[in-house]
Order: sequence, then structure tokens, then C-alpha cells
Amino acid sequence: MVGGAGERALLDARHLRWVDPNGMVALLAAGAVAARSGGARPRIELPESADVNGYLSRMKFHEAARDVFDLDVATRRGGSGGASDVLLEITPIVANADVHEVVDRVQGQAGQILSSKLGYPSTAVVQFSVILSEVCQNIVEHAEGPGWVAAQAYNWARRLGRYVVVISVMDVGRGFRGSLADEHSARYGDRWGDTTALEAAFLHGLTRFPDSGRGQGIQQIRRQVRRWDGAISIRSGTARIGQVPEWDDTPPLVDGLAPLPGAQISIILPARAGA
Amino acid sequence: MTERPIDPIAIDVGEVLQRSVTSLYASLVTRPTGRAVRMAIATQLEGAGTLSLSLIDFSEVVIIDFSCADEVVAKLLQQYLDDEARDAFFVFRGVLEPHRDQIEVVLVRQGLAAVIESDPGEFSLVGMRTDDEARVWDAIERRGTLEPSDADATFGQPVERDALASLVVRGLVFRSPESGRIHALSRLVEHLL
Repeated sequence: MVGGAGERALLDARHLRWVDPNGMVALLAAGAVAARSGGARPRIELPESADVNGYLSRMKFHEAARDVFDLDVATRRGGSGGASDVLLEITPIVANADVHEVVDRVQGQAGQILSSKLGYPSTAVVQFSVILSEVCQNIVEHAEGPGWVAAQAYNWARRLGRYVVVISVMDVGRGFRGSLADEHSARYGDRWGDTTALEAAFLHGLTRFPDSGRGQGIQQIRRQVRRWDGAISIRSGTARIGQVPEWDDTPPLVDGLAPLPGAQISIILPARAGA
Repeated sequence: MTERPIDPIAIDVGEVLQRSVTSLYASLVTRPTGRAVRMAIATQLEGAGTLSLSLIDFSEVVIIDFSCADEVVAKLLQQYLDDEARDAFFVFRGVLEPHRDQIEVVLVRQGLAAVIESDPGEFSLVGMRTDDEARVWDAIERRGTLEPSDADATFGQPVERDALASLVVRGLVFRSPESGRIHALSRLVEHLL
């Protein structure tokens, strides 16, 4: 990304050769942050690769990007044909109505993909929908800023030798530390920061709400992801925390990362062995 | 023993969802949606008097998330357990396997239990319960109704009597204030199924 203070930013994605849901929603988040700090909508140069552009088109990246970037979609759009493993196109999440839309929309295609690509039982679409609902509500209830969600299946042939479904949720809100600070920072004293905030939410289910029924979302997502031998990580501020399955070697906790406004939740669900 | 000490009412959650939130939504997701549905159910119960039994029907609900389960099931139960002016009993119908986990989790978290229809005609006690409560509840569920003398004979051990008393207080079985009979909640709603 180029563009100094007060200047309009340019995201140069021309040489992009591959992008997953995390990358796509991150591009949107970067654009939203650039617009917030620069005052003008940033520009984006879309990938030159027809394959990548076609994939972006199938994921409805261009529609979402139009709300963030100064973008002439018509001139750069790639083809959109071919079989699609898209479970959920990029969907902006701002209000609870968007969560309903996500859950209703995912019912059709997701069940077929979870069954055929991952070998999950037909009822898995319910748990998958519940996961989507809870992660999207995290944006509405806690981030107080806009966000996006997307999900896609693809073949991790080299890395895992299996299909995976990747769910990516990202927002440019106040982050976990910002959300929890008023209620919980005092008890942590000097230790309070992005890492402790993520630990509080991810490991202990703390939220900013005093209601004892709150804080179940992330805990239950973790439980379901573990049942499916999947991975989940949350990055916010300068830290990232995760639940790491045996097939992954990502460290469960990392600090000192480049600051990330808001939060990014990434979930990877692998196919059942032999599926 | 044809006594029906409470006249139960049936509440279709799918219908309440469409009426109280919007006809566009097919799923019971998000906390505000759950709150709206709970308040709509509470409104229906206002006319039921100080003693009520409700069959809350989830059969038409495709998806229920943890936030909605907390609002529609856990908070609904807690609201009436806290209400000393009213005795409200609930049976949750159509809690099939895909919904069960969400409902069980929120009940356990709040220290609550509920009677659910887990398969057509099959009832279970889910949520937080002791082994003694589970055993006594199973026995009442099998029998359907127990005369006071039967209850004394069947549950002769102090732990069993304590468990029975707890099930009554927690609204998981019904003891008729007139006859003293113990009723499985499932039998009191079976004509609505």
C-alpha cells in the first residue's frame, strides 16, 4: 500500500497470484482503515490474473470493494464461470439483519460442500451456521465497527492433502482490548494489553457484559472446531491467539505483531481423514 | 386419574419468530432476535394466570444459535423461576439433535434444566441436574402420574425425596396443589402433540 499522511492510498494488487478468504477480507479492512485515516477513498489496482479476478468475482469481492475503494469494477472484472466451492461470498456485517442474511443464505450451498468435500454429516450445516452466526455477532456486539465474512472450500493438497473450509471474519472496530477494557482492565493492572484481552475472551469467555449468559459464543465455537479437528485463531491489536490442532504447527500465542485495528477471526475446518 | 390440573398452551416459536421479528427471518439467531421472541412468549403467558404450563415448539426452527438459546430458553426459564407470584412450567418440543447442544450448553451454564421432546414422543431432562434428580425424573416420566402414597413408596430414600422436592421447585415435574399427585410434564401436554 502506498500513500502518505493526507494522501489518497493505493493498494496495488496487480501481481496477486492467489488469495484466500482471509486475504480478501484483509484487503477490504486495509482499504477501510486507509479511508478512515486519509479521508478519501483509497484506490485499488485489481489483480491482472484472469484466474484470480474470476475467483474474486465469484466471491463477490468487487461488490464489497465498491463500498470501500474508488473502484471501476466494470473495467477490471474477470470471468466468473466454472465450478465454485464458495460457501459464503464476502458479506458485509454491520447489523443483526446481516447475520440473519448470512445464516439463511448459507443453508443451501454449504451443506452440499461440507458433505461432498469434507465428508461431514448432513447435520453439520447447522453447526456450521451456528459458528457463522456467533462469529458475525462478535462484530455487531463487540467491535462497534464494520466487518466482513467469507467462507470457501479448497484443496490443501500440499499442506494437508485434504480439502479444507476456511471461514474468515474481520472487522475494523475497536478490537478485543478496546471492547473489554472498561470492565476487565483494572484486574489485570500492568499486564493488560492485547494478549491478556485475547486470553480473557478466548480462554476464559469474558465479555464486557455482566450477564452470565454472555461469552459463550467463542467458547462453543472452539469446542465445535475441536470436534472437527479444525483450527481457530483470533488476531487483534498486536497479538494472535489460537487453538491449534495436531496437523498445524502455528504457535498458539504470538505477540509483537504489526498492529491490527479491529479483529480477525480465522477458522479452518479440514476434511475428515479419508473423505 | 384423568385429572388435568393445568390447561397447557402451545406456543409455536417459528410462528412467534415471524410475527414478532420479521417474516423474512427463518432462523433463530442473534441475541436481539432471541430477546424479541422471549418477550413475545412472555406476553402470551401474561394471560395464562398464576399457574401455567407451556409447550414451546421449536419444530419449525431450522437453526438456533447459542445467543438465541440463551435468550429463548435459559432466560425464559430463569425469568419465571425468579417470579414468586407465578408458577410457570415449560416443555420444549421439537428439540432435535441439531438444536440440543445449544440448548443444553446454555442451561448448564445458567445452572438450569428443562424437559425437552428430543424425538417425537420421547422426552428427556437436559441441563444441570444431579444423578438423583435424573433418576427420579426418569421414574416419574415412565409412570406419568404418581399418587402421593405411590410417591412416598417409590421414593423412600431421603436423597430421592430431596431430589423429588428439587424437581418440583425447579419446575421439572408438577405436583398438584389440590390432590398432591405428581405429574410428568410430558403427560400434561401429550394431547397437544
